[in-house]
Amino acid sequence: MKVKKPLAENQMFISVLASVISIIAGLLFGSVLLFILNPSKAGIGMGAMLTTGFSSLDQFGKVLYQSAPLMLCGLSVGFAFKTGMFNIGATGQYTIGAFCALYGAIALQLPWWVCLLLSLIGGAVWGIFPGLFKALFNVNEVITSIMFNWIGMYLVNLLLANMPVMLASAWGASNSDRTAALAQANPGAVIPKGGLDKLFGNSSWINISVFVAIIVAIICWFILEKTTFGYELKACGYNKEASRYAGISANRNIVFSMIIAGALSGLGGGLYYLAGTIQYVLEKKTLAMGFNGIPVALLANSNPIGTIFSSLFISYIQVGGSAMQPNFSSESTDIIIAVIIYLAAFALLMKGVITGLLKKSMKNKDDKEAKA
Amino acid sequence: MNILANIISLTIVFAVPLMLVALGGMYSEHSGVINLALEGIMVIGALCACFTLQAFDRNGMGKVHPQLCMLIAIIVAAVTGTLFSLLLAFAAINLKADQTIGGTALNTFAPAFAVVVTWAVQGQGLTTIQIPSWIRITQESFGLEQGKGFWDMLIFKYFYLTTPIAIVLFFAAWILMYKTKFGLRLRACGEHPQAADSVGINVYRMRYAGVLISGCLGGIGGIAYTIAVGSGFSSSVGGYGFLALAVMIFGNWKPVQILGSAVFFALFKVIAAYNSSIPFLPKFEGMKDQSSLYQMLPYIVTMIVLIFTSKHSQAPKAEGIPYDKGSR
Repeated sequence: MKVKKPLAENQMFISVLASVISIIAGLLFGSVLLFILNPSKAGIGMGAMLTTGFSSLDQFGKVLYQSAPLMLCGLSVGFAFKTGMFNIGATGQYTIGAFCALYGAIALQLPWWVCLLLSLIGGAVWGIFPGLFKALFNVNEVITSIMFNWIGMYLVNLLLANMPVMLASAWGASNSDRTAALAQANPGAVIPKGGLDKLFGNSSWINISVFVAIIVAIICWFILEKTTFGYELKACGYNKEASRYAGISANRNIVFSMIIAGALSGLGGGLYYLAGTIQYVLEKKTLAMGFNGIPVALLANSNPIGTIFSSLFISYIQVGGSAMQPNFSSESTDIIIAVIIYLAAFALLMKGVITGLLKKSMKNKDDKEAKA
Repeated sequence: MNILANIISLTIVFAVPLMLVALGGMYSEHSGVINLALEGIMVIGALCACFTLQAFDRNGMGKVHPQLCMLIAIIVAAVTGTLFSLLLAFAAINLKADQTIGGTALNTFAPAFAVVVTWAVQGQGLTTIQIPSWIRITQESFGLEQGKGFWDMLIFKYFYLTTPIAIVLFFAAWILMYKTKFGLRLRACGEHPQAADSVGINVYRMRYAGVLISGCLGGIGGIAYTIAVGSGFSSSVGGYGFLALAVMIFGNWKPVQILGSAVFFALFKVIAAYNSSIPFLPKFEGMKDQSSLYQMLPYIVTMIVLIFTSKHSQAPKAEGIPYDKGSR
């Protein structure tokens, strides 16, 4: 007979509880801030943030669509966490992935699934750098990632500006600050909707990308939990020296884990920009999507299956956030996300407190039972 | 000649925020805390200072005592930056949290907070805070005549109170780090906190000092950046906080070298912005958007330098590791 573990020792339960507490704290903080700024509109604003995602099938389609790249960026950050690396470079890998996908779609006129493969490869190439620099030269991966975020963004801008065929202006539109709309340039590169648009009341957002992302999440879970390779990666994350002593090459695993993390982010970029609804705009700042992979991974405690749910949540409040205008700026959601990240920074402490409280309450219960 | 004067004065005005923030990062890292939140701290400092300047502009005091008001705005930036960095210090030192994640949280928070507050204060859609024009130090401030010569361009074209303050803070940093007990103790906490503790140095207090000083400098850097850009504050400091981290690494965590690398990075930024009007730069025929190329170069150079110096890195040994009294 399987003995049920007490709640206080169930790591999964404690992690989920810690995440829920972070979310509630973030929402509370956000509400208080909005109330201070504009008391009369705060209720409407928070209401918009929390209900818009379910308000219509179209909006729910948008939640699912945006959750796919978020999920992949979250998987990317989480995968690196498992090997003890902080992949703050997801945004750079995501940008390169997006560029590779769009290059395949517009310049090479390839079908969508080949473009997705290209984005995967592009992201992986960008992920090699932090891994290699860490393994060969012992340069902190956070620094390398940040540098390569900017290098990647400027590189993509430079390449796009010098590839007239990629820009919207080459395909009948007037603006040259963004890539061509896929509907004109190459309809075959648009990720198919798979009949989901009918299910979602002709939502322009929905496509099969969220299912692709979920499949990738399951693959990640399989690699980490069921293969020797995944075990070695996690061993490196827990204790680099001990795993080296056990004959695991830490350097090799660092590089591999960053390549996989990069590939995941890159695929996220491909999924987002191949949907046909969004064009890549040449900007002077790094894309927020990659950074949002950090809270997704933290909320999920780096668990690939948990990432599916946390990315849906972050996507949900982001879609809600854009509905808060004009009363509040849509950045209000970022404040809530920031509180969640901040609390996750001392997750260990929080988990310790929760475990302590649970044990205490259980002990009280036992004492009472003993007395009775 | 005028274009040379222009480039030099622009380089100086952009080097000021880079140097200040990189010095801030230096204090924090020497105390043993990686301050990834510099970007966010800059945003908060700039936000509060810009609101201060705007208030002075509205009540008319700004035009009467421009430099006094500017000084108050800089102090506001320093104080708010310090307060904001308390959040990082608390998480990193007391709660022994992961410093990079804590920094990321503050970086996410600051620009979002700035947009939401600006939006709420100025009304919907108005996300840029305009900076009044009286903050510039002109020849008139010294009772001189307005000229158009080389030196006039060099000194007065982009002359703000932040520049002399930065010079003072630079010398203060050098003296504090190398000529005082405080500097020695601070560096000890970043190299070997256990050893520092064993000789009676309060590691927690020194780390607080390091982070808070970096917050103060980061805040001033934020307003200095906003002034340098000159087109108002729109809830962003354009990645200068991260660039300052690169400046700090490139400068080997030492004040004098940080000054040098700040000037180097600023020069590239200026070249990136004005490459078409600078005559002696190589012209890549047929290449569009060359500014991206020049923007990219400092980061690439930093990476190359990191490869060569990593074996003899001057980085504080204990940076990024929470100090736990109980551990060995």
